[in-house]
Parts: sequence; C-alpha cells; structure tokens
Amino acid sequence: MSTEVAVIGFAQAPCLPSAGTTSGVETLVPVLGRALAEARLDRREVDFWCSGSSDYLAGRAFSFVNAVDAIGAYPPICESHVEMDAAWACYEAYVQILAGEAETALVYGFGKSSAGQLRRVLALQLDPYTVAPLWPDSVSVAAVQARCAVDAGVVSERAMAEVAVRSRADARANPYSQVSGVFDLDDLLAGPYLADPLRGHDCAPVSDGAAALVLAAGERARRAPRRAWISGMAHRIDPQGLGERDLTEVPSASAAAQAACLPGDLDVAELHAPFTHQELLLRAALGLGDRVRINPSGGALCGNPMFSAGLARIGAAAGEVMSGRARTAAGHATSGPALQQNLVCVLEAS
Amino acid sequence: MRRAAVLGTGQTHHRTRRTDVSMAGLCREAIDRALLDAGVDWPQIDAVVLGKAPDLFEGVMMPELFLAEALGAAGRPLLRVHTAGSVGGATANVATTLVRAGVHRRVLAVAFEKQSESNAMWALSIQPPFTAPIGAGAGGYFAPHLRAYIRRSHAPGHIGALVAVKDRRNGALNEYAHLRQPDITVESVQASPMLWDPVRYDETCPSSDGACAVVIGDQVAAEACAHQVAWIRATAMRTEPTFFAGKDHVNPRAGAEAARALWQAAGITDPLEQVDVAEIYVPFSWFEPMWLENLGFAEPGHGWKLVEAGETRIGGRLPVNPSGGVLCSNPIGASGMLRFAEAAMQVMGRAGDHQVPHARTALGHAYGGGSQFFSMWVVSSS
Repeated sequence: MSTEVAVIGFAQAPCLPSAGTTSGVETLVPVLGRALAEARLDRREVDFWCSGSSDYLAGRAFSFVNAVDAIGAYPPICESHVEMDAAWACYEAYVQILAGEAETALVYGFGKSSAGQLRRVLALQLDPYTVAPLWPDSVSVAAVQARCAVDAGVVSERAMAEVAVRSRADARANPYSQVSGVFDLDDLLAGPYLADPLRGHDCAPVSDGAAALVLAAGERARRAPRRAWISGMAHRIDPQGLGERDLTEVPSASAAAQAACLPGDLDVAELHAPFTHQELLLRAALGLGDRVRINPSGGALCGNPMFSAGLARIGAAAGEVMSGRARTAAGHATSGPALQQNLVCVLEAS
Repeated sequence: MRRAAVLGTGQTHHRTRRTDVSMAGLCREAIDRALLDAGVDWPQIDAVVLGKAPDLFEGVMMPELFLAEALGAAGRPLLRVHTAGSVGGATANVATTLVRAGVHRRVLAVAFEKQSESNAMWALSIQPPFTAPIGAGAGGYFAPHLRAYIRRSHAPGHIGALVAVKDRRNGALNEYAHLRQPDITVESVQASPMLWDPVRYDETCPSSDGACAVVIGDQVAAEACAHQVAWIRATAMRTEPTFFAGKDHVNPRAGAEAARALWQAAGITDPLEQVDVAEIYVPFSWFEPMWLENLGFAEPGHGWKLVEAGETRIGGRLPVNPSGGVLCSNPIGASGMLRFAEAAMQVMGRAGDHQVPHARTALGHAYGGGSQFFSMWVVSSS
C-alpha cells in the first residue's frame, strides 16, 4: 500500500441531552460546513462520501436517506453508508482512497439518542431468539462485564472512579462535552449504584450529536492547512454471546491494534469507552503504557453521541496531532455490547 | 489498479417464509454454497462484509453483531453496509474495494433479508414527525414514474406484460427462484388484478426470505482457482436526493452517471454490442425498458423496442435477467447481490439451465430508495 492518507479536517456538534431538533440531520448539517472549511475543501471537491447511522435510533427505516437529501447530493455523488458508528465509515473511505478510487472523502455520523430510551433500544442488538426477549439493557450488560472484571481483580471501583474524575476534569477544556468539572473521588464512590458495580459516573451520558471528518490522499493532503497521517487502521469483531468469551479481555481490540501496527510509544490515545471499566480493559488490550495520555477530550464518558462518538475519537486524536500537541496518537471506536467490535486508527505528524 | 475477481457465488432457495432456518441459518446456507463454489475454506477468508436493507425488516438492531460468529467473522474485520435497495450491490462493491486496495486477499460478501421475521409493510409505514406521509408502499410510489415513462416513450401497453412473462419463465429455469411459472402468458398477466396502474399483480416482485454470498479475491487468489472466475472489470456507485426540483424519476441522473462511469472504467464504448447479458434490478416489469435506457443500452424512449422485439430474452441480443430477476425473488437486502452474483455466474459458465450461451461480459445492477441509490459492476471471463 503506497498511497498515503491523512485526516485534514474534523468538526463535531456539541453533545447535548437533547439537541432540540426534529432529526439528527439538523444537528449534522452545520458540522459538515465546518469540517470542510477546516480542510479548505469545497463540497464539490469531495470524491467520496460515507456515513454511519442507525435506523433503530431514529425509529424509522431508511433514516440515512434524509441526510442524503441534506448534504447536497446533486449533481449526483459517490456515496455509501454503514449501519455502524461512523468510525467504520471512515475505514471504508480510507480503503476507497487506498484503492485509488477517490482522492478526497467526507465521513459523517449522526444520531439522536433522545428520540427513545437508549438503554432499551440497544437491547435490540442482542440475539433476537434467546437473549433480547429478556430485555437486558445496555447498562446492565456493561455491569455484568464490570462485575466480571472487578471479581477477577482486573479493575476496581476506585480505579473506575479515577477514570471518571480525570475525564471530567479534562472535559472542561472541550467546549463540545456534555459533562465536565472537578469532582472528588470519595464523593463519587459514595454515590449509589446504577447497576452494581456501575455508578452514575461510570456510565456515559445519553447524547445527541454529530461529527464529520475529511480525508485526503498524499499530495492533496499536503495542500491542506493541517494534516494527521494515518499510518494504520484496522478493526475486528468478537462473538457476541456474553457467555462465549472472557468479558474481562478484548481480543478484537488487541487484534485490531496489532493489524493497525499500534506503536507502544504513543503520545495520546482517544478511547471510545462508554463505561469507566471499559477504558481500563481497553488500555490493557491495546498495550498502552502509563506514559500514554488517555482521552484529553474527556472521551465518551463526557459526551457519547451514538454513531459519531467513535468517529469523534479519531477526530480528537487527529486534532492532537494537527495542533502539534502529539507526534503520534490513536483513535479507537467500539460497537456492540461489552466491547464486542473494535477499531484502531493510528495517526502521525509525518 | 489491482485486479479483483469473483471466485464463487452461493444463494439460498428463496421463499415467502423460510421458517425452517434462523437468520444465521439462512446466511450460512448462502455462505456455505459460495465457499464450496469458490473452492476456498474459512482460513482463507480475510474479512466479511454484510449488507441488508432496514433493520426494522427483521426487528433486530445491527443484526451483524449477533450474527458475527455464524458469518465466520469472529476475529476478523466485519463491515455492515446499508444503502437501501441497492445494498446488495453496494456490499459486493465495498468487498471489491477491500481487495483492490490491497488490504485483503479474499473477502466474503453476504447479503440477506428475512422479511418473515417481522413485517416489512409495518417497517416502511412508520411516520417520523414533520415528514409528509406517502403511505403508498413501493408499488404506489413507483407507479406514477412508470406511467410517466409510458407517456413519454409512447410504449404500447403490453410491454410490461412481456417483461413479466420473460422473467417468470426464466425463473422457472432457476432452481433457487421464489416464483417459477413456466406456463405464464401475456394473456394471463393481463388478466391479473391491477394493483397500481399500470402495474398488475403478475408484474410485481414477491416478498422473499433469502440470502446471497460471493467470495471476491485478488489476482493471486483468482489465479489459484482451478475453475473459471469472473474478473471484475469495473464498479460504480452514485447517489442523488429523493426529491428535488427537476428530478427525473424516469431517467435519474445518478443512474445514468453511474452507468457512464462504469462503461468508461470497463472500456466499453457500445454497451449493447459489448455486453452479453445484463442482470438489472426490475421490481416492477416496466422498469426493464426504463433502466435499459438509463444504462445506455438504448436511447431515451426506445428501450421498450428491445423488449417488444424479444431482444431481452435468452437468445436475444441482450438477455436481461436470465435468473428471473427481482420479479421472481425479492429478499430485499440480497436482491442487489443476486443480480451481481448472477452476472458472475453467467461469465463463469455456472448458471445452469438459465445459462446464456457464450456469455463473456455481464452487467450486475441494483438501485434503491426513491430511484436515488445506484450500484453496478461489470464482470468478464477474461
């Protein structure tokens, strides 16, 4: 693979409990304009468009079609859509550029979680014949994983709370975050359980939001004001069955990291961990040492817009590189219950 | 650009209700046949791409997650594509890109729909707020476009029935087809009830459960095959909005531009001369002449003449839908991939009783949404 690909623009909407709009598309449209402006690219110069969203979040079939109406798809465009977090749309666009089928790509994701009860909606991702009829909601499934990890001594409730304290403090510098502030560790640990062993601070907020990211190949990327080169991107999935794997390990994350050639000496890693214990599991699975700065944006714990939160991790990691704060950074995305599916994108300054 | 080829194809028997299998079982039926046809086993598969139409059709959010292990994707990369009715074709195209980019050697592309798990009409009838309801179903939505085609092209009224007879008789030659009607006639089609003028009952696609799978490989993988493969000469995808001032629903610009890009990339200057067989997404009979024009096989207003002259039958100048097409089997998410797979089967010489003699170059075509998403590929025997 000789083609070089870089992130040259990124924008996101503020993470809000309710965006107050009729659809996720309304949240998305201004974000597209800002991402293109950062990349100094005109809409007509985009060779390939790729999006990630979910019909179930919107509560209707073909929900992504509304976005096609809104992005200005005329004259006709080259376009595709994944029913996944837009981090995987980013992967598809990256591969399009590697294949030489496009020189520039715009990736976007959007979701309006406030349209329903997210933890119940996500229960519909489980096996429809044997598991989903029991309605184990997404927070409870995460709590099962956290309980396994606590009992195995892999994580502790105190270490989990430390993740929340650090994330919320860092999120103060992120104008798009939904939760931020200075919190006392013992105060958090004195709070009630939401789903034992998870407390409120262990769980990401329910967010409406959207994000857009611009990719470009080699020379095209060098003409952009700023860029973060993608040195590797890969993803893997584990079997879903909650009793079929050790929930305290994340083999698909480890395999994705290996395939993406994730270096050990990263400056920054933006991890898509909607629960505190998942950040700790991911750090171990990805082999991240203590020197690696985790989630300077505050991460998904401070704003978790479904179907764009993973893309936003790549965008935040790229931002660290483009601003010069990091030489190497990684963006990570997850999907499915209990960290079932994982993607790793490695970004470098040169 | 790196070359890619279809190494093998597989599909299920398509029926109204496949209650004998789960979703996983349905997919595996197609996958196992595709692997066997390709002569490859699981260790040789590097990645899986799954396509299907709206999740509400089965009532499972992102079903690829619970299906991951059954799809053979555990420990591998799994992508889930959704581009409305064109998704089966788009899924094959994404898999092709993964190979062409040099990321993988062999990719398994799978598409399915198990409409009997839920209720497709219900899934399509949910009214989001602040959106004007159409409430017409697909037939009612497209019928005015077909009527506009007839008015514009001055096509005689029996063209639709001719297409239906051809496709249903072709379907009778296809052991996997949902509807197999060797005895259908123009008279019997014209005697069937009018559903959405000008579309009669016998000119309409069925609702099917079904799946399709293809194995796509790079040059090394293709040359390692003992059998004839289908070389992918070009792929194309184009999208336009559902509604806008000046939208041409009869001859959508996105479809015409996708076709132009496809022919150019494949080095085809005269599609009617240089393409031996076409699998075109025709859910209602009248779409055959419309898409023949949109694809550049005929000038605008003249597509119906190819149909009337019998040129789209097996044995004609351009056999269209020798498999029986969408009019015989319509597992929505898989319908596009079935078109792509049939095109590959034809140039591989593996289309059985519906084989077009000496087929060397074939088109696979799919569209979706309000005639706004288009995906297509051209495959050749060399």
